[in-house]
Amino acid sequence: MNILTGNDLATGDVTWWTGEGWSIHVNDAVDVGDKGEEIAQAELAARRVNEAYVIEATAGADGIRPAHIKDRIRALGPTVRLDLSLKPADPSAGNWVI
Amino acid sequence: MYQYDKYDQAMVDARVAEFRDQTQRRLAGQLTEAQFRPLRLMNGLYLQLHAYMLRVAVPYGTLSSKQMKMLAHIARKYDRDYGHFTTRQNIQYNWIKLSDAPDILADLARVEMHAIQTSGNCIRNISSDQYAGVAADEIADPRPLAELLRQWSSFHPEFTYLPRKFKIAVISSKQDRAAMRLHDIGIELVEKDGVVGAKIFVGGGMGRTPMIAPEIRDFVPFSEVVSYLEACLRVYNRHGRRDNKYKARIKILVHEMGKEEYTRQVEEEFAHMKTLGLDPPVAELERIAAHFAPPPYEIGLSDEIDLSDRDFAVWVDSQVAPHKQPGYAIVNISLKPIGGIPGDASSAQIDLIAELAAQYSFDELRVTHAQNIVLAHVKKADLYALWKALEAADLGTANLDLISDIIACPGLDYCSLANARSIPVAQKIAQRFSDIGRQKELGELKLKISGCINACGHHHAGNIGILGVDRKGVENYQLLLGGSGAEDVSLGQITGPGFDENGIVDAVEKATEVYLANRTEGERFVDTYRRIGMAPFKEALYA
Repeated sequence: MNILTGNDLATGDVTWWTGEGWSIHVNDAVDVGDKGEEIAQAELAARRVNEAYVIEATAGADGIRPAHIKDRIRALGPTVRLDLSLKPADPSAGNWVI
Repeated sequence: MYQYDKYDQAMVDARVAEFRDQTQRRLAGQLTEAQFRPLRLMNGLYLQLHAYMLRVAVPYGTLSSKQMKMLAHIARKYDRDYGHFTTRQNIQYNWIKLSDAPDILADLARVEMHAIQTSGNCIRNISSDQYAGVAADEIADPRPLAELLRQWSSFHPEFTYLPRKFKIAVISSKQDRAAMRLHDIGIELVEKDGVVGAKIFVGGGMGRTPMIAPEIRDFVPFSEVVSYLEACLRVYNRHGRRDNKYKARIKILVHEMGKEEYTRQVEEEFAHMKTLGLDPPVAELERIAAHFAPPPYEIGLSDEIDLSDRDFAVWVDSQVAPHKQPGYAIVNISLKPIGGIPGDASSAQIDLIAELAAQYSFDELRVTHAQNIVLAHVKKADLYALWKALEAADLGTANLDLISDIIACPGLDYCSLANARSIPVAQKIAQRFSDIGRQKELGELKLKISGCINACGHHHAGNIGILGVDRKGVENYQLLLGGSGAEDVSLGQITGPGFDENGIVDAVEKATEVYLANRTEGERFVDTYRRIGMAPFKEALYA
């Protein structure tokens, strides 16, 4: 699947396109098919997101997993500060990245 | 230390107001990202993996307690309660909101700080020796020249859009603690016939094409250094490549043009520059130098230190360096606790260091390129109390220049340019060698890790260097041996095929075993490597 990601313009938070808006949780992302660039341009113009781009991902039992490690780290947070990640209570969360 | 005059303050205040307006226009949709991006970068505001990142300049690594307190305040109020001290003696905040950035810059301006020229193709923060002004072997204090160059390079209209970024380091001791010859311009203060001047090295750097800067001038009188650097930059600005960013640094120009031809053109330009009267008058040099007068040291103090507390003795042995003033010492505060993140400090730690600097070190501290902090003027009689306070705040690690005193860039955990994570590797290596006795047995061993070829973690200059690469989407780590950023500068050589995250830790351990098996009396790791060469290491690593 192709999913769309960017950073919130005002806060810089990593965000994922949900089909209706943006979420900080990658599992809320939807397959944008071949419409990613089009959506990105519209959302950039509307100042809701910054530096949006389309990535490949897979959907499995554990949810949506970006294909590249860089985007998995973006989806989780720094593996060396899990307390600052989106899964602060899960000490094994970093394994998902690798 | 230097204090802003009305011109400095007016420039910084005006920039804050300008950036506040630009930010508001961006958020209101009056500026596109394409228009805004270069403006925010001119103010040190990057967009990284998780958020905006603000890089704050720490001129030649020197801070007052008040400024350090402000850095803690920013970490607490606007970030996630910590900051990251960098290999260019700056500090970075990783979780900044765009809407907060103007307020942060305004807070910085209140303590004579800013984030100007911490990005972009301009002259970046001038770096220097963290022992400036207190090293026993220094020719003269390098900070007045570093400050002069800060003023000269700030908003320099001719050098705002260079072919590529430009980094200058100034040192004044034979012992190089600033990786001087791995800068675009390295300056070493020297004395000739009783006159202090500058030896100039041009065309060094790390990154994808590491080079050691060759000497192009053995002596420039102090009073003409600005004109000489102006000439160096002019020749670069004229001929440096703008068609290919990977070939745009001055090191490529000097290499391709040849040192002799580059120098000839610089000398020609220098002869012209001297006729323009650009060099500051003596009174201005004296005004700047007066800010760096030695603090009011007490005289007649004892040099005795009670080392009966064994842990304290270990710390003194590792972290305390000789001071030129009797009764005083230089204290290195490690930001490398075993298993910690190199260079990171919490707001509470930053606050505490500021308070300790006020109490014990004449209100002043320095950031080192090795991502540690220095208190430059501590009475030996105060060392024990200082150590106790540091220990209580997890700042008492005794590992200066040992294998766990690792330089590491933020890597893929934070940086959008990185290919692999650096910090977890640093943590695993530090944990593998956590025993202080084992570290001391290995002796001086500088280990440096970069998460990509841009080399912010100085891997080329590590006695042991590690470069993280992306191999088909998987992190892989190349090992380099034999680098040095010190006065015996050298570039590390890649051992061979890379390793995975655990394999690189094992590889480092094997390299240390080869060293221990082969070293002769008094040899450091890098000395043994230079004597026996790569072959025994490769044999052990790839058997």
